[in-house]
This record gives sequence, structure tokens and C-alpha cells, in this order.
Amino acid sequence: MSTSTVDLQQDPHGHGDGGHGHDDPHHQHHFTNMEQQFDTSKIGMWLFLATEVLLFGGLFVGFGLMQARFPQQFKEAHEHLQRPLGALNTVVLLISSWTMVMGVLSARTNQRKKLVVYLLLTIFCACIFLGVKYFEYSHKYEEGLLPGHYYSHHGDKIPTVDGANGYATFFSFYFMMTGLHGIHILVGIILLAWIAVRGNRGEFNSNYYTPVDLVGLYWHLVDLIWIYLFPLYYLIT
Amino acid sequence: MSEHTLNPKAEAATYLKTLISLLILTAITVAASYVNFGAMNVVVALTIATIKATLVALFFMHLLHDKPVNGLIACAGFLFLGLFLMFTLLDFDSRENPQPFNLHPQVAAPPPAAAPATTPAPAPEHH
Repeated sequence: MSTSTVDLQQDPHGHGDGGHGHDDPHHQHHFTNMEQQFDTSKIGMWLFLATEVLLFGGLFVGFGLMQARFPQQFKEAHEHLQRPLGALNTVVLLISSWTMVMGVLSARTNQRKKLVVYLLLTIFCACIFLGVKYFEYSHKYEEGLLPGHYYSHHGDKIPTVDGANGYATFFSFYFMMTGLHGIHILVGIILLAWIAVRGNRGEFNSNYYTPVDLVGLYWHLVDLIWIYLFPLYYLIT
Repeated sequence: MSEHTLNPKAEAATYLKTLISLLILTAITVAASYVNFGAMNVVVALTIATIKATLVALFFMHLLHDKPVNGLIACAGFLFLGLFLMFTLLDFDSRENPQPFNLHPQVAAPPPAAAPATTPAPAPEHH
């Protein structure tokens, strides 16, 4: 693997790569070679993921502060979340992360059918996750465990601390964070379906699998966020 | 790209081991949540979560064998999150009674205009 500076000197049009990816239709002319193109896309994806960490990070910080503010009410509100369901969803997402990474490996080793199967399995896991989430949400809705002034679990006698309802605050954060995470799962399903269709057409091979890899990174980040959401909401009481 | 393409079978084995480790850690953290460590509950849960997140980042997200710049960006994201958390906590600790803004006063405050009118003259008692 020669360095890009040498490549540029040898071939000012940026197509010199010792035959590597020379004829690839995916190769865009402003990149020295396919590897540089891949690495560039990946850096862009990681920058996006860093902003995602900060997006969810703001909510995590807010949740932490309000937990410090209403320790007793948050503790009681935690009891309304069903630990087995949260654990089930964690296991489902971890398995989906594994099927995703196996999909990327399949794309990289030119196994088209395996790629599609692994992507479909990932989508299947994502749907189970959302199904469990729907069940949990409807349960909360029926019990009036809702955000802000929609909170009605205690009827008219709203228990307050210094005039503020800590339970409602808890469920505001619960719905905001798991909801935003759920939207990410939905977006992930759409992306996975798109990749599966393209993979089925045979668009990916060992020389070009950038979209599979980047969607994979996104999917693992969604999993990674859930890895923190799960203990903070379901386990710490 | 070929420089970090290892033996596919070895890679698949690594991924499977990572998944099994993650599932075991999930079982441990759920089991630990039924034990009361008091104030250490948060620490235990978040430590296990961080180990799991590191496994995902290193193996599933390929950071272990990837170009260092990607790992640097990931670390920078968490570094800035840490800074954010630190300064917010400093600010939080210096305030009394911080409220979530939209839940402010639900206390039954007496209507300010009507209050003086209904309680008129019987004031002079001990003067």
C-alpha cells in the first residue's frame, strides 16, 4: 500500500493505485483511490456519530441533574418500568448489532446472500425492539404515566416537591430519551432496508461496501446508546 | 482496505465472542440490580455499561484495528460530553432549588389582587 502523496506524484489525475480499485465505477475522481475514499467517508460518519453522542449526552446530563433534584420521586417512578422488558430489548439490540457486524463482514467477503440475510435479521430484531417499546408505551399511557402536565397517575393529588412534580419530570425524560432513541431505530430500519435492497442487487463487494459499513456504525451507536439507557432507566432504583 | 482485512473466520469468531461477552455482562448487570449496593448502585451499573460500550466500540465498530483518527473523534465526543457534564454539575451545585422550567409553580398561590381586599381591617392587635 503506497502512500497517497506518492500516488498523487505518480498520477496527477488521482487514479494511480497500483491497479487497486482502478476500474471501480464507485471510485469518484477526487479521491486518490478506493481506500482513501472509504477512509474519508468513515471519518465523516464518525464526526456525525460524535454529534449524536452530544445530542443524547445533553439529555443524559439533564436526566442526571433531575435525578439529583428529585431522588425519592425518581426512585418511585423507576419502579413503574418493567426490568424484564428492558433486559429483553437489550438482548435483542445486542444480537442485532452482531447480525449487523456479520453483514458487514459478508459484504467485505463478497457473500451477497449472507449479507441480505444478516441485514434482514437485523431489521427483524429492530422490529421486535419497537414492538416491545410499543407494548411498554401503551401500558404507560393507560396508567397515566405521561410527561409534564399530562401526568395523571396520581389523579388530582399531584405529589410535589417545592411545587414541582418529580414523577412527571421523570416521564418527560423517559419519553424524550427512549422516544428519540426509538426514532433512531426507525431511521435505522429504513437505512437497513435500503442497504438490503442494494445488497440484493449485488452492488457491494470487497472493493466497495462503504454504505454497509457506515450504516453498521450508525446501528452500533444506536445500540451503544441503549446500553446506557437501559441501566439508567430500568436498573438503578 | 485490504490492510485490515484479517482472516474472515477469525473475525467472525471474534464477533461471536464479543456478543457472548456482551450478553454475559447484561446478565450480570441485571442480576446486580437486584442487590442493593446503596450509593454504589449507579457506579456498578454505569461501570458495566461502559465496559459493554467499549466492547461494542472496539470490536463491532472496528476501532481496535481502524485508523486512529476515528478513535480520536469518538474519544473527543465523549471528552466534550465530560466537560459539559462537569460544568453543568458545578453550576447546579451552586444553585438553590433548580426547577424544570415548565413545571414551575403548581403550589396554590393566593391571587395577589384579591388577597388584600378580602382581609380588611382587623389588623391592629398587639401594636
